[in-house]
Amino acid sequence: MDIKISVKNLEAFYGKNKVLKNISIDIPRNKVVAIIGPSGCGKSTFLRCLNRMHEVIGGTITGSIQVDGEDLTKTDPVLLRKRLGMVFQKPNPFPTMSIFNNVAAGLRFNGVRNKKILTPIVERSLKQAALWDEVKDNLDDSGVNISGGQQQRLCIARTLAVDPEVILMDEPASALDPISTSKIEELIFELKKNYTIVIVTHNMQQAARVSDSTAFFYMGELIEYDKTTKIFTNPANKQTEDYVTGRFG
Amino acid sequence: MNPSKFFHIKRKVTSVIMMSLSLVATLIALVPLVFIFYYTISKGISYLNIDFFIAMPKPVGETGGGMANAIAGTLLLIGIGGVIGIPVGVMTGTYLSEFGNNKFGSVVRFLTDVLSGVPSIVVGVVAYTLVVIPMKHFSALAGGIALGILMIPTITRTTEEMIKLVPHSLREAGLALGIPKWKTTILIVLKTAWKGIATGILLGLSRAAGETAPLLFTALGNRFWSTKVGQPIASLSVYIYDYAKAPFEDWNQQAWTAALVLMLMISILSLTFRIVTRSKYKTK
Amino acid sequence: MQANTKQTEHKRNIFLKKIFGSQNFGDLIFERLTLLFAVFVFLLVILMGYEMYIGSKISIEKFGWSFLTNSVWDPVQEIYGALPIIYGTVVSSFLALILSVPLSIGIAIFLSELSPGWLEKPLSFLVELLAGIPSVVYGLWGIFVLVPWIRNDVEPFLSERLGFLPFFRGAPYGFGMLAAVLILSIMVLPIVASISRDILKSVPQSQREAALALGATRWQSTKIVLKDARSGIFGATMLGLGRAVGETMAVTMVIGNRALISPSLFDPAYTMASVIANEFSEATSDMYLSALIQLALVLFVITIFINAFAKLLVWSMERKLGTR
Repeated sequence: MDIKISVKNLEAFYGKNKVLKNISIDIPRNKVVAIIGPSGCGKSTFLRCLNRMHEVIGGTITGSIQVDGEDLTKTDPVLLRKRLGMVFQKPNPFPTMSIFNNVAAGLRFNGVRNKKILTPIVERSLKQAALWDEVKDNLDDSGVNISGGQQQRLCIARTLAVDPEVILMDEPASALDPISTSKIEELIFELKKNYTIVIVTHNMQQAARVSDSTAFFYMGELIEYDKTTKIFTNPANKQTEDYVTGRFG
Repeated sequence: MNPSKFFHIKRKVTSVIMMSLSLVATLIALVPLVFIFYYTISKGISYLNIDFFIAMPKPVGETGGGMANAIAGTLLLIGIGGVIGIPVGVMTGTYLSEFGNNKFGSVVRFLTDVLSGVPSIVVGVVAYTLVVIPMKHFSALAGGIALGILMIPTITRTTEEMIKLVPHSLREAGLALGIPKWKTTILIVLKTAWKGIATGILLGLSRAAGETAPLLFTALGNRFWSTKVGQPIASLSVYIYDYAKAPFEDWNQQAWTAALVLMLMISILSLTFRIVTRSKYKTK
Repeated sequence: MQANTKQTEHKRNIFLKKIFGSQNFGDLIFERLTLLFAVFVFLLVILMGYEMYIGSKISIEKFGWSFLTNSVWDPVQEIYGALPIIYGTVVSSFLALILSVPLSIGIAIFLSELSPGWLEKPLSFLVELLAGIPSVVYGLWGIFVLVPWIRNDVEPFLSERLGFLPFFRGAPYGFGMLAAVLILSIMVLPIVASISRDILKSVPQSQREAALALGATRWQSTKIVLKDARSGIFGATMLGLGRAVGETMAVTMVIGNRALISPSLFDPAYTMASVIANEFSEATSDMYLSALIQLALVLFVITIFINAFAKLLVWSMERKLGTR
């Protein structure tokens, strides 16, 4: 198995609070890993450690995270976030920018302003996000004048435009209606051909539908990590079984 | 160094520079604050003795004396102002937070904001036309009314905000027990919010104590002891103005002391307000 | 016993409901009572405008528009042209804004985006303390500390280096437009800074996260936040302008109080608020008084417009960001 991200003995703290305990997990290349668990189990925190967004709210970690063998903590977080992109729970397009500029935002931060270079990238990203047909005639409209589901796909296009290797998704469909949700799930299926995807979700059916492997977190610990089919049909751990059968959480 | 790496470093350096500039701006802003406090304290402290508070001002040209009449005057003026400003402010604030989510509420909220933006001297002119002209002379009443009008917007806003901070669950608990809405508001909501409201009122009163412009032609001023509502009256703030302009160094000194007293009062009440409103609820 | 009282209460409620349409008598009284006070505020503001209009009627009738365009303010001859006074207000306020707004935005950025929680609260408090200092105390400090400094150090320096410009000509008197501008900018700074800080804080955190997750630097993420907040910040600037326009004591104590129009910052000037403060209690004739009340009316109208515009800006920003 080809490992993209290797996490060993990761512990995360907010102040004196330990929120992740001794997490070790290998994320394979070009596959989808789903992270499930009850509220507050640390799954979002784990995701944010991967692209060092936990630091934005004052978190600290010990342990090692390696991407393609490179230690993350030694890399400039600004550069790191180009390799690991993130899609958030609530769509957050920039309201002061057009659809075009929203998608191009990551590139423009990097100084790429030339429209000739940006236009094909924007088109490609919007196509990858399955949004191109719906907005191709309105690229100059504000990024917030579209529906919630479309906004979320816009945010995905924005993430794809910087050409990351990994896409981190934090409950990407939980704020959307069922039709938009299924569109996003189809998208994930397509995307995994070219990207490594880690998706946090509280929706177990979704995890079962889209992921190759699933990790079950509980109270800051990784309880079980295995092929998705195994987790949902024959989990090895009793806690996992209780959770996926709905006995708690 | 390839171009993208160069650009990356340029971005990082720009970020560091801009963020440092914002720190510099903050430090620059604190400079006048430090200066004003420093001068007020150092110049004012020398005359800060018991005489300042209980002695009457001496006739022009003689040194010494105090500002007893001015202190009494300021207290009377903010007292009159409070009689108007506090009930109107608290009741209007209550109205806005409990019943004010309609068109009329928005209008009142807008007008309260308008009122808070009106220069204090304009309020003084209004008090002049409303009180001084009919009475045919200057009076503490006119000055007090001007101060009261000035207090209304701040007290209204504080009351509304403090009431809004009370968690909805407390209100629901009261209503669920069968207590009528008005009792819930008074006995539960206001009772929870009163500390914030009270300190907000004190803060409003102390700010009013610092007002000078509206008093210049309403309460006017008085060299003698007076607590008559219908007569002109002295005040700390106007005395600071008069004494600062005067050619007598003794008077200038006393102005600094009066300023010190005012600043101390306002600073202490501001701090108290911050502490009281922070400890009860986690804001933002 | 209990059943009886419950029955009577029930009967009473039905009776009241028939009359007042409301279940509970107490609720009705309470609502009406608070409404009364709210109506009072409503009427008060209208009354204020009305009183000033009435008071300035004879002046308006006599001078009409020339009140605003004539540059002679002569109480002795009973000629009242407020142009130099309006000039003084406008110039002092705008220059003060130019000085203080960039600083204020810098402070707002620092407090909202950069400083850790434990530092932000005391710093914010200090900035608010600056706003709470009474105007007359600013004026006192202005007379005895700022003006001497300007007279002895600043004006000679400017005269030497930049004296070829018309803005820095004339005798270094100390009192004058420069002193007023400096003191006004200090007074306006905390208002614009704290409102801007609140505005920046109200931009949802998800905006910053979105930018950072794309690989933006701290400053680039802040630029996004500033862009989101720009109408709110403009509103904060307007509120600062409103304060500057109406500022009385500190200005009148350092500006020199002479009604003249001059490009030089060293020269004295006069603002609307200062005129009223200085001359109101000495106004000897009805026409004089009426002219002064007219100035107050002009100030009233200007500040209403500025504040209404400011509110509109803040409101439109909140709508755009979905924070309201």
